[in-house]
Amino acid sequence: MSRGIIGRKNANWFIGRTVTHLILIVATLVIGLPFFWMLTTALKSPVEVAIFPPIWWPETIRWDNFVTAWKTAPFGRFYINSIITAVSGVILEVSIAALSAYAFARIKFKYRNFFFMVMLAAMMIPGQIALIPNYVILSKLKWINTYQGIVIPHVSSVFGAFLLRQYFLSVPESLYDAAEIDGLGHTKTMFYVALPLARPVLGTLVLYLFISKWNSYLWPLIVTTKQHMRTLPVGLAMVRSAEYSIGPEHLMAASIFVLVPVLIVYFIAQKQLIEGIAAGAVKG
Amino acid sequence: MSKRQLDSVKRLSLGERRLMSPRAKRDMWAFIGFTAPNFILLGIFVFWPIVYSLFLSFFKWNMIAPKKTFIGFQNYHTMFTDPVFWQVTKNTLILAFFTVVVKLAIALGLALAMNKHIRGRSVYRAIIFSPTFTTSVAIAMVWSWIFEPTFGLLRVFMKPFGIPPIDWLESVTHSLPAVIIVLIWSGIGYDMVLFLAGLKNISLEIYDAALVDGVSPWQNFWYITFPLLSPTTFFLTITGFIGALKAFDIVAIMTDGGPLNSSNVIVHFLYQNAFQWFKTGYASALALILFIIIMAITLVQNRLSSRWVHY
Repeated sequence: MSRGIIGRKNANWFIGRTVTHLILIVATLVIGLPFFWMLTTALKSPVEVAIFPPIWWPETIRWDNFVTAWKTAPFGRFYINSIITAVSGVILEVSIAALSAYAFARIKFKYRNFFFMVMLAAMMIPGQIALIPNYVILSKLKWINTYQGIVIPHVSSVFGAFLLRQYFLSVPESLYDAAEIDGLGHTKTMFYVALPLARPVLGTLVLYLFISKWNSYLWPLIVTTKQHMRTLPVGLAMVRSAEYSIGPEHLMAASIFVLVPVLIVYFIAQKQLIEGIAAGAVKG
Repeated sequence: MSKRQLDSVKRLSLGERRLMSPRAKRDMWAFIGFTAPNFILLGIFVFWPIVYSLFLSFFKWNMIAPKKTFIGFQNYHTMFTDPVFWQVTKNTLILAFFTVVVKLAIALGLALAMNKHIRGRSVYRAIIFSPTFTTSVAIAMVWSWIFEPTFGLLRVFMKPFGIPPIDWLESVTHSLPAVIIVLIWSGIGYDMVLFLAGLKNISLEIYDAALVDGVSPWQNFWYITFPLLSPTTFFLTITGFIGALKAFDIVAIMTDGGPLNSSNVIVHFLYQNAFQWFKTGYASALALILFIIIMAITLVQNRLSSRWVHY
């Protein structure tokens, strides 16, 4: 009799597993298909793009679509702009976040809680309300069409500071005491004690910020009016609009230019990024 | 403690307040130095814009001319009597509602399916999560091509059902659903990962106890999993809703708010007014309304989270 129960359980288990995999395979296909479609379109000839029903894979792979797409707009320049603004933005924002986080975790100050509340309040304010005022400030500073104009308004840090503060607080008190006994000031304690211990979370923060800065569209769109200052997403959007007229195969090839760095970072560090997001959001 | 001792303690602490110890002084300056960069930037680029938007919303200004004309509540009056504003607001709410509800339902289903030891779990998870980090402009590009009425990929899946070709992005009835589909597609992974984290936190002992009591899987879900997931569900509903109210990139690239504003949403309308039509005052009033709506949702969230959520 016991064998009967186990047998039935196994059958149920097997059906359950199959259904689970089916659901997940369908979901994975639905999510993955647009990426595949982007790639396969980018490799097709103009004739192959304009047939219905569409073909799933081109007869001959047209790598030269990438060359043509690269030449439709100054993509080299867009790349340089994106790299400069994303990298400098990440360095500045992480530094600012680490300094604030250390102060809120380790430095005693009478109004510390008050300032902490002020910082958290900033998190609730939607960035969209700042578009016009920030544009006005930047035009007064003559920062329109400059790298600092793209970068500086978005390097203040609430989320990052909050995340790092949690981490600094979790470092055993005795380590900080030891640093103090050794006569280390706050700056040295931060550099030699707090930050090295926070390396994993720091890494996740850097990757997360890099991707979000690389992807950002609205702000760079507003502060760049000259073509040579555009970042990749803005440049790509402009390529499609009236400025040029290019076929879907070239447009998809150009989209791949924009995506490649992000996808590389994502697939190398996906485990760290996904787990970081889950942990950060739950705690935050 | 005697009264005299108390007095001396009081005097000491008063003395301390008047004259800070060198250490406290050093700490104060360190604190100010460490946090100054952040607070200066937050002040200029986050807090000041609220005040300045409020100020600008009482003026007529084209952003370039040196002169701003004070017009009182005229911008607000224009806004509330403008049918386009109401259409845009309605679109935004429809978009937020459907995006969040559908996304949450699918994400929860996937998280439940994935919440066991199955082969290939991390591959499924990585692919389903990938749109979260994908450049939205590129997402909009490929989806515009998928929605293309004659050669688009979507038509392949509609044809077997006898659905005639739809010009999604050029249709007054289908442009907003098209945007919603893309937002759902790109947001499922994030919600799923957070649901997975929430499921991990539910202790397995509860299910063991339920198993002993002979509870069916359906009851398991409705009486154990779903209530215990409510903090995650609540968090995702609120943040998802606020996020959807701020939708811009996909709309701007795929439909540009059209045709005839059928897919226009608040932030895109704000962008058009401010940076295409140079109605700075009117756009500032829009920004302020968006700010008030989002603040109200956040405050309601703080009030209600303790009442609705079972921890």
